[in-house]
Amino acid sequence: MSFLQILWFILIGVLFAGFFFLDGFDFGVGMATRSLAHNEDERSQIIETIGPVWDGNEVWLITAGGAMFASFPYWYATLFSGYYLILLMILVGLIIRGVSFEFRTASDPKKQHIWSTALAAGSLIVPFFLGVMFVSMIQGMPIDANGNMNAGFFDYFNVMSIVGGVALVLLTYLHGLNYIALKTLGDIRERARNYAEFLYWILYVGLVVFAVLLFFQTDFFQVRPIGTLITVLLIVIFAVLGHVATFKGNEMLAFISSGLTMVSLVAMIFVGMFPRVMISSLGDKYDLLIQNASSTSYTLTVMTIATICLLPFVLAYTIWSYWIFRKRIALPVVHTAEVVK
Amino acid sequence: MDIVDLARFQFAMTTVFHFFFVPFSIGTAFVVAILETVYVRTKDEAYKKLAKFWGNIFLLSFAVGVVTGLIQEFQFGMNWSDYSRFMGDIFGAPLALEALLSFFIESTFIGLWMFTWDRVKKGTHLFFMWMVCFGTLTSALWILAANSFMQHPVGYAIKGGRAEMVDFFALLTNPQLWFEYGHVILAALTMGGVILAGLTAFQMLKKDTTKEAKVLYKKSMRLGLWMAMIFSVGTILVGDFQMKYLVTEQPMKFAATEAIYETTEDPAPWTAVGIADTKNHTVKYKVDIPVLLSLLSYNKPSGSVKGMDEINAEMKEKYGTTIDGTKMDYIPPVNTLFWSFRVMAGFGAWIILVSFVGLLMTRKKKETLYQRRWMLWALALTTFVPFIANTAGWFITEFGRYPWTVYGLFTIQQSVSPNVSATSLLISNIVYFTLFTTLAIVMIGLVKRQLRNDPTQMQGHGYAQKILDPFDKGAF
Repeated sequence: MSFLQILWFILIGVLFAGFFFLDGFDFGVGMATRSLAHNEDERSQIIETIGPVWDGNEVWLITAGGAMFASFPYWYATLFSGYYLILLMILVGLIIRGVSFEFRTASDPKKQHIWSTALAAGSLIVPFFLGVMFVSMIQGMPIDANGNMNAGFFDYFNVMSIVGGVALVLLTYLHGLNYIALKTLGDIRERARNYAEFLYWILYVGLVVFAVLLFFQTDFFQVRPIGTLITVLLIVIFAVLGHVATFKGNEMLAFISSGLTMVSLVAMIFVGMFPRVMISSLGDKYDLLIQNASSTSYTLTVMTIATICLLPFVLAYTIWSYWIFRKRIALPVVHTAEVVK
Repeated sequence: MDIVDLARFQFAMTTVFHFFFVPFSIGTAFVVAILETVYVRTKDEAYKKLAKFWGNIFLLSFAVGVVTGLIQEFQFGMNWSDYSRFMGDIFGAPLALEALLSFFIESTFIGLWMFTWDRVKKGTHLFFMWMVCFGTLTSALWILAANSFMQHPVGYAIKGGRAEMVDFFALLTNPQLWFEYGHVILAALTMGGVILAGLTAFQMLKKDTTKEAKVLYKKSMRLGLWMAMIFSVGTILVGDFQMKYLVTEQPMKFAATEAIYETTEDPAPWTAVGIADTKNHTVKYKVDIPVLLSLLSYNKPSGSVKGMDEINAEMKEKYGTTIDGTKMDYIPPVNTLFWSFRVMAGFGAWIILVSFVGLLMTRKKKETLYQRRWMLWALALTTFVPFIANTAGWFITEFGRYPWTVYGLFTIQQSVSPNVSATSLLISNIVYFTLFTTLAIVMIGLVKRQLRNDPTQMQGHGYAQKILDPFDKGAF
């Protein structure tokens, strides 16, 4: 394993972590349009909080996918062809969610509820199936000598992967609630906090179940006992910290904590996987390793230089954008891009 | 049907649908940026209203373009995993760079542009829109760099059963790339102009369009027609270079585009129309124009053009009569290529013609266009032409690559995911088809709804009005 290979393994993790931190609250806000908001005005209000930034947040996923293709083509090929129907569902979710923002704005106010529902459904589907995918992946999948996965229904959907999917939905939902509390004024801000205060209790149950399953269903505690233990502890610490912050009304801390909970989750997955990128349930010898799944050092060098040159700019204008939209959104929201007659 | 057919159908369907919206949004992004630039420089409120009005159409097309683009990135891994293994070392990098350099810029600055009308300085707001345009230009460059490698591999070495990158800059200096890039970008800008002029024509045809609105629409019409004419001439010129490049680099594709089975006489005649009999390798019902093909191929009235039969024999010699146990025939679908080219070029010429006539009829001295309903109808219906012409163009490029995914290196048969079942592919095809049909219907409905608005009454995303509370200490 070369330095560059390990660097890109970490970078893929960073990209996924960034995606969950940022787009995570977009999913949460999306789900909240049908569960937290009481009417279309409130829906407009909370959608407005992510309106200018959600698309940029989603690019973290696209970049993660592209970077995986570029730096670990064998990983990308095995994962994407192996999780065919799950990724199809994720795509469907991303598509109906992606168009719903603009379509909702442009449509007849009487039909806006259709796109609010599409937004909520898409925002539910994506984290659930991403959770199922990553959690079944860490349990090991039937990958043969050619790196092809031929999995059956119960390889994808078992108790642990479903718990993982639900937990990720819950986490993104909580993250979204914390974001709404941070970015709005009025009733919905209070309601978001109340929901979050309650839902954390359910999350704790989910996390305990998940930790137990992690012990029995994966080899993480045998392969990387210390790293796994630390990251699991971090998940718990940030969850509790977010919960306490919600009670105390420190919305900024609550939001950052729920984001870091997911970052820790990604960290746990990547720590436990190392030095593998895909675990084969048919035997160690079929595992895909960082060492043999990666691109050449030439390509990795090109990618590293490009990233060093470009990433500071990306971060700079992303932060600038959040700074420009730093204010809270209150009711009433004037329907965007509507003509006032 | 076997998995290769299903996967190919899916690739065709998803790329064609995606590419309806890509040049649409590149073109309209420039339209909006130009309109807003005029506003900032002249302080003429009319152009601000127009920028907002057409901006809403741009945003709709961009939204659909983004989500259909997601499918493209996932598709390589899902349907073409062996291709991804073979090509990942080269193909992944431009894709990742596209995300890192272009997608972040586009998405962030569109968000900024959409929500900051009248909230930031005029110049800053304009800067946002030009950043979006910059993002679209670089995005096209990266993805076409990837496509160009598939057409004309450069800067690589085959090691351990895969193509490895040895020279990144060769990817960017690939001549194929710069022909393709010029052609695609100019076609996108043409499309922006055609859509602007065409939709404006629809508006002028409506009976309830107010006088005030018509004043604004006339400004759109002039801009649209100028863009359509200048950029379509450019598109055709670059296309001509591109075809001449094909003569030497991809002679098979060129011969198929011209339906030449037997090597031609010298000078070569150009077959204007005809139907290829792919079994007997002849062309029926053909109408020939003497010497023209020599002119088109070599810029001189002499020189013969190699036919498919001869090239096929050469390729069999070079690459073998079988690859991985599959019997090889290197002749691509001739009629598809032949007719796609004629549709594309014919519509290109049509756009030049209508935009030229339109410009003549909108001169200040003699403005007759708005009294001639037939001409308005001609312009209005031309709105749909670039969609067809663009698709036909990609048909030539992509069907002409047959039977290769990477020209001369890797075949379509070798590329497909071995572990994906026909059922899975069938399901995804049905899902995408249903999604695309729905999206297309909704999109058309929403554009029509948008066009019912009066541009003189335009307001932007009114972010500023919604903030009641000043900067909150607990927030960012």
